[in-house]
Amino acid sequence: MAHMTPTPVLDPSQDKTMILNMGPQHPSTHGVLRLLLEVDGETIVRIMPDIGYLHTGIEKTCEAKFYQQVVPMTDRIDYLCPMTNNLAYCLAVEKLLGLEIPPRAQWVRVLLNELTRINSHLVWLGTHAMDIGAMTVFLYCFREREDVLRLFEAVSGQRMMTSYFRIGGLALEPPLGWFDRVKKFLLRFPGNIDEYESLLTNNPIFVNRLKDVAYISADDAVALCATGPTLRASGVDVDLRRDLPYTGYENFKFNVPTSTAGDVYARYLVRVAELRESQKIATQALEGLPEGPVKADAPKVVLPDREKMKTQMEALIYHFKIVTEGFTVPEGEVYMPIESPRGEMGYYVVSDGTAKPYRVHMRSPSFANLQSLRKMCEGRLIADVVAAIGSIDIVLGDCDR
Amino acid sequence: MALQPAITDIEQLKARPEVAALMEAGPNAVAGAKFDRNELTIWVDRTALRNACNALKNHPQLQYNALADVTCVDWYPREPRFEVVYQLFSTANKKYLRLKVRLSGDDASVDSLTPIWPGANFFEREVFDLFGVRFDEHPDLRRIMMPDDWEGHPLRKDYPVEGYR
Repeated sequence: MAHMTPTPVLDPSQDKTMILNMGPQHPSTHGVLRLLLEVDGETIVRIMPDIGYLHTGIEKTCEAKFYQQVVPMTDRIDYLCPMTNNLAYCLAVEKLLGLEIPPRAQWVRVLLNELTRINSHLVWLGTHAMDIGAMTVFLYCFREREDVLRLFEAVSGQRMMTSYFRIGGLALEPPLGWFDRVKKFLLRFPGNIDEYESLLTNNPIFVNRLKDVAYISADDAVALCATGPTLRASGVDVDLRRDLPYTGYENFKFNVPTSTAGDVYARYLVRVAELRESQKIATQALEGLPEGPVKADAPKVVLPDREKMKTQMEALIYHFKIVTEGFTVPEGEVYMPIESPRGEMGYYVVSDGTAKPYRVHMRSPSFANLQSLRKMCEGRLIADVVAAIGSIDIVLGDCDR
Repeated sequence: MALQPAITDIEQLKARPEVAALMEAGPNAVAGAKFDRNELTIWVDRTALRNACNALKNHPQLQYNALADVTCVDWYPREPRFEVVYQLFSTANKKYLRLKVRLSGDDASVDSLTPIWPGANFFEREVFDLFGVRFDEHPDLRRIMMPDDWEGHPLRKDYPVEGYR
């Protein structure tokens, strides 16, 4: 099936320009992103991202798995926010099934999601600052990130590929003493943010490097399908947690930081403000945590407790059925968008009534946001490309899937 | 939250502003509609797609000004085989809407939405790469995920998940 695909080579449009290759193994591209730059001296004339180096065909693999087997695949898409991906997929399938999730599970999901956002933003902050030349912040950020990863490990057994959310609730109740550890971390964390900010926010070198760099207007950002902090820093006030609440976000009070400046510095400020908001939401989730079960009452979908399985014949049968045959999902389709640290993470799941999804599509924020890079960088200096890439916070696993 | 049966009767859905706006935009634009699990889906004739999107984008109340996602579903061996799925979003009303275009397997091409939303570029390239659906007037239609010399379109249902091709 040979297609006439146009040639991917970027020809210089004029004699005085040259083509410069950046990546895929470049320390500032946050993964394997390759950029083809057409430069006129130090100025960028054209920029062309080349992606797909991490494409693993997850969407195809999902079609061959049972619904519950897809959950561990979703972690591997965006390795900096596994819980967000778990959640988006679980919510999509739960919507297809019409499942009701008990409040305790919802609140723990909110809590873990905000910890995930903190985790992801800390990696962004550390690497972004390091790209700009501020080495120290990286070490500070990874110190706190380690704490978050330890919390993930305690709750799910894994630091990064958590797979802790299941269709119908959580895998299991968080261990004893875990909430106290979270509480200790959340009490300490605002001080840590102050520490990062004292190193960066008013640092003249950092500010000069970021202000008025890689500007994008609100209209352009919307037209180029940008979402999340990239969009909010251009003045479009959209946050799906507030606008289309899912998993009980309507019970939480928080602000949505925005800015109208639209440059790299604005995106930095928005994300740092989001760190503080996430800490607030997580604290509220911890304080108001309801009692009750963490799994939905749906024996045909949710695996039974280990104890019941050993004592009750019925539970054992359900367990055997779910593990060997999966569970069927009524025909239909659902698009479930949620607010990931990078923007709109949407799962489009189509069911044909069998135990395997007919189609799973991930609308990943990195993939869409990467398109704004062109608008941000053309006509600017090569050195600003690094700042711009850092400011849209892409994860290439998320981008290529 | 028990599941409600899907509403597919176009007469019942005519009252919805999205369906009404599209019917106004062109007499044959709407090929069907469905309201299921709180999500509205409208099937649009492939020749009317760009008009439909423009009408929804410039509608004074609806203002579906953002394109959230473009993807495709392969219903092989059923014909028309492909369904290209567009998710529109209104940043003012914070609402989603799904548009779908049915395409047959031997003539899988549809107008590109890049003139309306430049951001459709990557999404349409991805659908082209993985499904082989062509987008007319796309500025840069070539593979994005797979290598340039790859043969076949991996997300088609007649493409094996594993093993040799």
